[in-house]
Amino acid sequence: MAKVTVDGIEVDVPNGSSVLQACEAAGKEIPRFCYHDRLSVAGNCRMCLVEVEKAPKPVASCAYPVNDGMKVFTDSAVVRQARRNVMEFLLINHPLDCPICDQGGECDLQDQAYAFGSDGSRYKEAKRAVKDKDIGPLIKTVMTRCIQCTRCVRFSAEVAGTPEMGGTNRGENLEIGTYVEKALTSELSGNLIDICPVGALTSRPYAFVSRPWELSKTDSIDVLDAVGCNIRVDARGPEVLRIIPRVNEAVNEEWMADRGRFSFDGLKRRRLDRPWVKKDGKLAPATWPEAFAAIATKLSSLPGDRIGAIAGGLADAESTLALKDLMAAYGSANIDCRDDFAAIDTSRPDFYRFNTTIAGIDEADAVLIIGSDVRREAPVLNARIRKRWSLGKFRVGFVGPRGVDLTYPATYVGDGPDAIQGFAETLKAAEKPMIILGRGALQRADGAAVLAAAWALANDVGALKEDWHGFNLLHLFGGQVGGLELGFVPGQGGKDAAAMVAGGVDALWLLNADGFDPARIAAGTFVIYQGHHGDAMAGRADVILPGAAYTEKDATWVNTEGRAQRGRLAIFPPGEAKEDWRIIRAFSEGVDKTLPYNDLHAIRARLASVSPVFGRVGEVARGGCADMAGPAAGAATGGAFVLPLPVYHQADVVSRASDVMAQCAAIYGPAPALAAE
Amino acid sequence: MSKHHHHHEEPVSFAFDAESEAQIATILKRYPEGKQASAVIPLLYVVQKQMKRQTDSGWVPRVGMDAVAERLEMPPIRVYEVATFYFMFNTKPVGKYHLQVCGTTPCWLRGSDEVLRACQDHAGVKHYGETSEDGMFTMTEVECLGACVNAPILQVDDDFYEDLDYDRTVKLLEALRRGERPAPGSSIGRLNSAPEGGPLVLTDVPGAGE
Repeated sequence: MAKVTVDGIEVDVPNGSSVLQACEAAGKEIPRFCYHDRLSVAGNCRMCLVEVEKAPKPVASCAYPVNDGMKVFTDSAVVRQARRNVMEFLLINHPLDCPICDQGGECDLQDQAYAFGSDGSRYKEAKRAVKDKDIGPLIKTVMTRCIQCTRCVRFSAEVAGTPEMGGTNRGENLEIGTYVEKALTSELSGNLIDICPVGALTSRPYAFVSRPWELSKTDSIDVLDAVGCNIRVDARGPEVLRIIPRVNEAVNEEWMADRGRFSFDGLKRRRLDRPWVKKDGKLAPATWPEAFAAIATKLSSLPGDRIGAIAGGLADAESTLALKDLMAAYGSANIDCRDDFAAIDTSRPDFYRFNTTIAGIDEADAVLIIGSDVRREAPVLNARIRKRWSLGKFRVGFVGPRGVDLTYPATYVGDGPDAIQGFAETLKAAEKPMIILGRGALQRADGAAVLAAAWALANDVGALKEDWHGFNLLHLFGGQVGGLELGFVPGQGGKDAAAMVAGGVDALWLLNADGFDPARIAAGTFVIYQGHHGDAMAGRADVILPGAAYTEKDATWVNTEGRAQRGRLAIFPPGEAKEDWRIIRAFSEGVDKTLPYNDLHAIRARLASVSPVFGRVGEVARGGCADMAGPAAGAATGGAFVLPLPVYHQADVVSRASDVMAQCAAIYGPAPALAAE
Repeated sequence: MSKHHHHHEEPVSFAFDAESEAQIATILKRYPEGKQASAVIPLLYVVQKQMKRQTDSGWVPRVGMDAVAERLEMPPIRVYEVATFYFMFNTKPVGKYHLQVCGTTPCWLRGSDEVLRACQDHAGVKHYGETSEDGMFTMTEVECLGACVNAPILQVDDDFYEDLDYDRTVKLLEALRRGERPAPGSSIGRLNSAPEGGPLVLTDVPGAGE
């Protein structure tokens, strides 16, 4: 540790810290543009100048290491003048177009010019202008505003692992861009908007839409993948205008994936905003009482074992629980939340959770990825793996289709379950090995065998220890684990999703269940579809109950780690759509099977009583593996793994309704590994 | 960069020829295993020289940068950054002769304006960055070439022509146009940077002048 005195305040900081970090430890704000906590140090903006005793001139605090006994001054006359002068230089070529700039109101340059700059410029000559670049449908560029901090260059190369941005030419002609015009290939590209300290890189869908102070901001959770990124939903009136990430070190640090960030325009399109009931073979608009009556009539005519329910990837925990309780009230054990028919064993939570936890990846020293394109299934989690890889002494193996670029080097082990032993020696040599099994790898006939084999491998190589749990299942959507935690799986004698769909029930309640082809549902099955988008499954319904999307309800979501997090209502559901658990609660009352909760507090108390996960919201119970016995195996049929999401940008009902995502899908197309088939 | 942006044809592909491959093999040996990206500058020169051999125009097309990136296993953008940073790499085609006029202070004091005027009058190029209509000459302005003792300098491709004035520059250009390649160095017969007309000092040193 080094003792540093900042403006008279003594702080102890670790050796190797920068002066800037010491200043922050002392609670002093240091202005900066190029410096970013999670990127390498560039030291080129010079805004963080401070005075250090005995140093002949101001030093760039971000790039200057501390010394024991160092005295730093952050508010001396020299420092103030230095900041004013740096700011004057930065503004020489920066246009004064704040009134038409989308960064206005949340711009580091604007804020720091106001706080640390002077009141004018001595520069009278012509400003330079830089041609704007086309880097895809998500990011708008106004390159004349660029102050060349190179944060985007470093983010692309270091965090995203797609080194496509760079600085070309030099001096006055230096330009940031891709040189060869192209759409960025990163699934994390939206983060460039957040890290750009000026208005050079802004959100294309948000261009000229709103000012930050006009927005109502709601903290929530992203559910379009299973990472559970902490987000802020910015809305004005009835419309979500943008979604940006919040910091959560244990989950998403400060990043989020493009599908979660840019799909929100899909929340306005193809919405189910009123109930529908099929009359004479055609869906017709109906009232809530008519829709409920149609369901009640049908269900009352059936014995409990001919009724079933399937919950899908975007079903929240509250409504999943309400549906489970409703099915129990009808005497049905036919419930299943595995709408993709994945062979997930729910007999123990560590069979289906990402047990190492996302933050735990930082400690691992080897990983075998089985049947998962982590980069496209969970981009933020993949960035965490990449971050671990970049620190060295970390080996990665991959089993799945050839040609998958994970953004870090991986040893190709094979394409099917038979190959997984091929990396065993490397895992055995590691102290904290991990196995990441993709949910997609369980969506096959021999899924149970794949799961059992992966667990057995984890056990063999020492990934299961009292103080280390290296077995991980990577789910695909934010609602998938909640159902598993609630035991939304067939009870005693109950039928699973495949059996229900194949005619095992006469009435099937689908709660956001969009994970399979509607054509698989047996003819004659009475289908109740509760969801928010008029996607394929709604077309198969006999009754449609319009629900709320994740931005429109107070709901609990469980990420792939088994971490319950609360999403919050940012806007109201459109038209007559309602919060999902209230729909089920209201229905239960009408059929005299009233569920024993009628407000959010009560249903959440019930959640916590069903699974402890819901009693520790925001937390995750991380631990080692206490019981090495694995899940029940099934027959192994072999065969290559097929990745579950053919098109990254269109993977769920929200993104499929999004125009922005459609543009991306048109440009980026299917993932390369699939295109090669 | 030139004020005059001319569109040019980029070749659709680039592959190192045998001569380049031999050079690359030598160059790569200079760097330790895993540090091959350090060879990016020498390899860009290899591309530029191969283009000169093949097309009579020494420049680095984008596909050439890509070939370097692939060979050194580095992201293409990292090569683009280097190639565009150094103006010794021509990122668009140049004429048969690349006239590089030094205009830095010593050359300027010694008459580089006259060298420039000679190029403008006799090479068919009016402005820096321009290529003559016949494709013979491209003229660029360069900063100090490090040969101030023999100022003013005109660098033609890789050769320094020194101690120039208007007339001698014209003669040089005419010779180049005829396909001749005058010997590089001082145009007034100095030996390297020795005084004009032979040594003036230390002439009494035993053995000197013998």
